[in-house]
Amino acid sequence: MSVDESLTDIAEHVAENLGGAIVSHEIIKDEVILTAQREDICQVLRFLRDDPECHFKMLVSICGVDYPEREKRFEVVYNLLSLTQNNRIRVKVKAGENEFVPTSTKVFSTAGWFEREAWDLFGIYFSDHSDLRRILTDYGFEGHPLRKDFPLTGHVELRYDEEQRRVVYEPVHLTQDFRTFDYLSPWEGMTDVQLPGDEKGAVPQQGWQASDKTVGSKK
Amino acid sequence: MAEALKKENIEVSGQTQIKPMTMNFGPQHPAAHGVLRLVLEMEGEIVERSDPHIGLLHRGTEKLIEYKTYTQALPYFDRLDYVAPMNQEHAFALGVEKLLGIEAPIRAQYIRVLFSELGRILNHILNITTFALDVGAITPALWGFEEREKGMEFYERASGARLHANYFRPGGVARDIPVGMAEDMMEWIENLPKAIGDLETLLSDNRIFKQRTVDIGVATKDEAIDWGFTGPMLRGSGVAWDLRKSQPYEIYEELDFDIPVGKTGDCYARYLVRVAEMYESIKIMKQCLKKLPEGPVKINDYKVSPPPRAEMKDSMEALIHHFKLYTEGYHVPAGETYTAVEAPKGEFGVYLVSDGTNKPYRCHIRAPGFAHLQALDFISKGHMLADVVSNIGSMDVVFGEIDR
Repeated sequence: MSVDESLTDIAEHVAENLGGAIVSHEIIKDEVILTAQREDICQVLRFLRDDPECHFKMLVSICGVDYPEREKRFEVVYNLLSLTQNNRIRVKVKAGENEFVPTSTKVFSTAGWFEREAWDLFGIYFSDHSDLRRILTDYGFEGHPLRKDFPLTGHVELRYDEEQRRVVYEPVHLTQDFRTFDYLSPWEGMTDVQLPGDEKGAVPQQGWQASDKTVGSKK
Repeated sequence: MAEALKKENIEVSGQTQIKPMTMNFGPQHPAAHGVLRLVLEMEGEIVERSDPHIGLLHRGTEKLIEYKTYTQALPYFDRLDYVAPMNQEHAFALGVEKLLGIEAPIRAQYIRVLFSELGRILNHILNITTFALDVGAITPALWGFEEREKGMEFYERASGARLHANYFRPGGVARDIPVGMAEDMMEWIENLPKAIGDLETLLSDNRIFKQRTVDIGVATKDEAIDWGFTGPMLRGSGVAWDLRKSQPYEIYEELDFDIPVGKTGDCYARYLVRVAEMYESIKIMKQCLKKLPEGPVKINDYKVSPPPRAEMKDSMEALIHHFKLYTEGYHVPAGETYTAVEAPKGEFGVYLVSDGTNKPYRCHIRAPGFAHLQALDFISKGHMLADVVSNIGSMDVVFGEIDR
């Protein structure tokens, strides 16, 4: 059985047993990705953990991804690992800005901090989490920094004030405007974008092999 | 005395009752291994609950990477776990290679494995010696750091920097190792077992060291898996799991080495696993140096790796590619991957989402120490205050990677 087939088998096995809880399954780069219903995430994780054909006993990480243009902007990604089957699987749920995701701390103890991190950095709310505090950002921090609409420079900066003898927070003051250069170009061979008038070339292939002349030789 | 205690609301009649106390530990404590702040709820000298406050070293690495090209993003990985920088780069390089659908040349793979194992040795030397320092032994640190410094010199000779190497690149390594380095490295490795043996004579049978570590911070197999332990923390609990063996990447499949596994799951077992791992890493490095094949160290694809400077002198194409690579950078086809390597501290993974442009759309970094430190609460419950120090030491926490 090839690797691809065994991966498809797992994905289909899970989809069959969980029925409506799994919205879709796909395989990208030899990695199985399930998309689950937000409300059923605990059931899905519990099945993946306990089913003898899965045995994904270790939750490796949970992270959020922000897609502001989507109707439900957040994706919560669970990476699972099976030590006995030597397999990995990824479960995703989609959540809107004001929607909650049920906590998975009851299934995996390690979920606690990862969910706190997703709450801190994205503002994804996990219901029934016993201790959903901020974890990585400063005490009293406002906003969720990994959202795409949060500026890279942040909103506040701090310094030690000699007169007040304490650290003070101030709005960010940039002496030079924040600069991002848009280098994106349909550079030959790099993208599928075709410039007008450039159709004569074949569809660019990924990569371009350098000529095999010896390095440094003069013509 | 009794009056004073009564005033503070402490009952002294009958069995002496002591008021529970909340204690702050760190972030300036030398045994906090950096900037860890612990809020401990104490019942006398017994720890009831520990609440680690992390994030004091948070630099927003994941956010910064979203604004950088793939080439520019790589050095951020050196600054995560700054004790073994190249192992982090390895995860990112492998992830990007997977998305690009390329593979590094065989010599580059050997060099990468060589330096990953060197990183493992350096990391374990640092951990064991500072752990010993925490529980009261100073000499191991003095002896160990000498060897560690010699190891760092190889980092420097290959990449130009002791710590922030920026050496592993998607598609190979930045440049070939200098002439003569392989021989010097071999000589160093030949003598290394003696240095590690010396450390062992100081610690392994040391009565004080064992009193401070044996049966302290025990995690059973199931607990270790449930709490997401990886690396020596997991193997110390008796689970034979190592990504180098179970999901081999690069050339690990061709190499002969063993995975040491602990039995008891306490701080002492984790120490023993780390010591044994260093001997295995020495074995791997020797094999790499013996087998090291000739050939290129970068993929011969100028859309990903820059052309050599000499070629730029008389090739317009090479010049253009060099310029484009260092301004626009290469585009990575849309897709996503979770790629993990066995870093010295455990499974270091990168979840990379690409949208087809020259910058990562999302780069989540899975640091092993993050999961380990979370378990400090359950591992320290019911132990004495001094044992918390042992637990932190045996967890091998480095805040660069935990706080990101």
